[in-house]
Amino acid sequence: MRNVFTIAGKELRSYFTSPVAYVLLASYLALAGYFFYALLLAFNQTLQIYSMMRNPEMLSRFNLNQMVIAPLLHNLAVLLIFIVPAITMRMFPEEKRSGTYELLLTSPVRVGEIVLGKFLGGLVLVLLMVALSGLFGVLLRTYGIALMATVFLALGTLISSFTDNVVIGYVGALFALLVLYTIGWLGETVQGVSGNLIRYVSITDHFQELTKGIVDTRDLVYFVTLVVVGLFLTQRSVESVRWR
Amino acid sequence: MIEVASLTKRYGELAAIRDVSFTAAPGQILGFLGPNGAGKTTTMRIITGFLPATTGTVRVDGFDVFEQSAEVRRRIGYLPENPPLYNDMSVPSYLRFVAKLKGLRRGDVAVALERVLDTCGLRQVRDRLLGHLSKGYRQRVGLAQALIHDPPVLILDEPTIGLDPRQIIEIRSLIRTLGGKRTVILSTHILPEVSQVCDKVVIINEGHIVIEDQVANLTRDRTLEDVFIEAITRDSGDGSRASAAAES
Repeated sequence: MRNVFTIAGKELRSYFTSPVAYVLLASYLALAGYFFYALLLAFNQTLQIYSMMRNPEMLSRFNLNQMVIAPLLHNLAVLLIFIVPAITMRMFPEEKRSGTYELLLTSPVRVGEIVLGKFLGGLVLVLLMVALSGLFGVLLRTYGIALMATVFLALGTLISSFTDNVVIGYVGALFALLVLYTIGWLGETVQGVSGNLIRYVSITDHFQELTKGIVDTRDLVYFVTLVVVGLFLTQRSVESVRWR
Repeated sequence: MIEVASLTKRYGELAAIRDVSFTAAPGQILGFLGPNGAGKTTTMRIITGFLPATTGTVRVDGFDVFEQSAEVRRRIGYLPENPPLYNDMSVPSYLRFVAKLKGLRRGDVAVALERVLDTCGLRQVRDRLLGHLSKGYRQRVGLAQALIHDPPVLILDEPTIGLDPRQIIEIRSLIRTLGGKRTVILSTHILPEVSQVCDKVVIINEGHIVIEDQVANLTRDRTLEDVFIEAITRDSGDGSRASAAAES
């Protein structure tokens, strides 16, 4: 465990001693703030129009949660699809390029510890990001976004372990996350077993429940499974240099 | 201390090294010579456990590199061809990171850091970022990194490459002081380096060992250059004749 923290600490330090962490934090927070403001403005305007009509039945159907918070959380999820790969893209390619991969793999450290350390370092940055965006009004529902970001990070880590090229690390992760996020579109039209399967795999369907504030163990199991499988496969992929 | 026994490494059809065997006794400095592309780096990567061999075994201090990898890695200090540095880290924070990675206790890290800063002459660049260091200093930080956990075995892949003459002399004398209590394998293609620094020579050509002997025995009546050139030409000559025979 000590090795995990050593590596996580080194990762974090390299995010924060370079401009990377600040640029990512600033872009994410600026856009998140803009989304929140725009949604709130729209909500306010609609509310005013409907109150002028003096129709109490219509007004009672107005729901801040459905009209502002849920769409905001979906927007943040899409934003994270673009931001998280920028965190994971350099995890392994940079080590391979600079030769430090040899240092890591010839040290008395287990491969699993290297993978966990890198993941944990990225996780601190991502959770900090999510927590900061939680400060403006959506405090209640950030756990959904946090879970989503953790899954994204685990998959990004996996994809970065496949390559020694930073661009491929980014685009590969972006592609995988977009597929995961949009596969649910098919689930709406496909029937039968394959439809059920697609709906289960789709991250949006599970996220939907969380944005409503419903915490279901089935959704939690889904998120945790993705993280564990992602990290396990990363460990196998890094270890594979030893048996190739 | 180090026993390499019939190592072969194949990449598909191509064999990078074939049936490589040699030994290094405790405290010995072994010069590992050969032309570029002869298989020096591959062999060293296998000894350090970075790459697996296709067949053959390596034992370090009695431990098998593949079976008891963690024990071996604890005992080896390794300087790869390109020093493995994180350019955005400062010299002490990098060395502290490596020390912890090599399993040093928290209390011992500071002592080890001061020790290698002294042995490798890094005092004057203490506060610099690794990315801002000259080639010579990068090489020294690389050496400091290999020495930080005071390993009994050192594997140095061309430690003097790209340095100016004065730096070469400094690194060489540093390596000489390291022998005696440590076993060192030093790869190079600078021959005078070997006759000055090493006790034993292993020459590799086209992936197999052509000479394994004490420096003193080889240079009794000839220079090491003559020995090297003769061994390589004889070996490569045989090789091309053999392949010509195979074709016909």
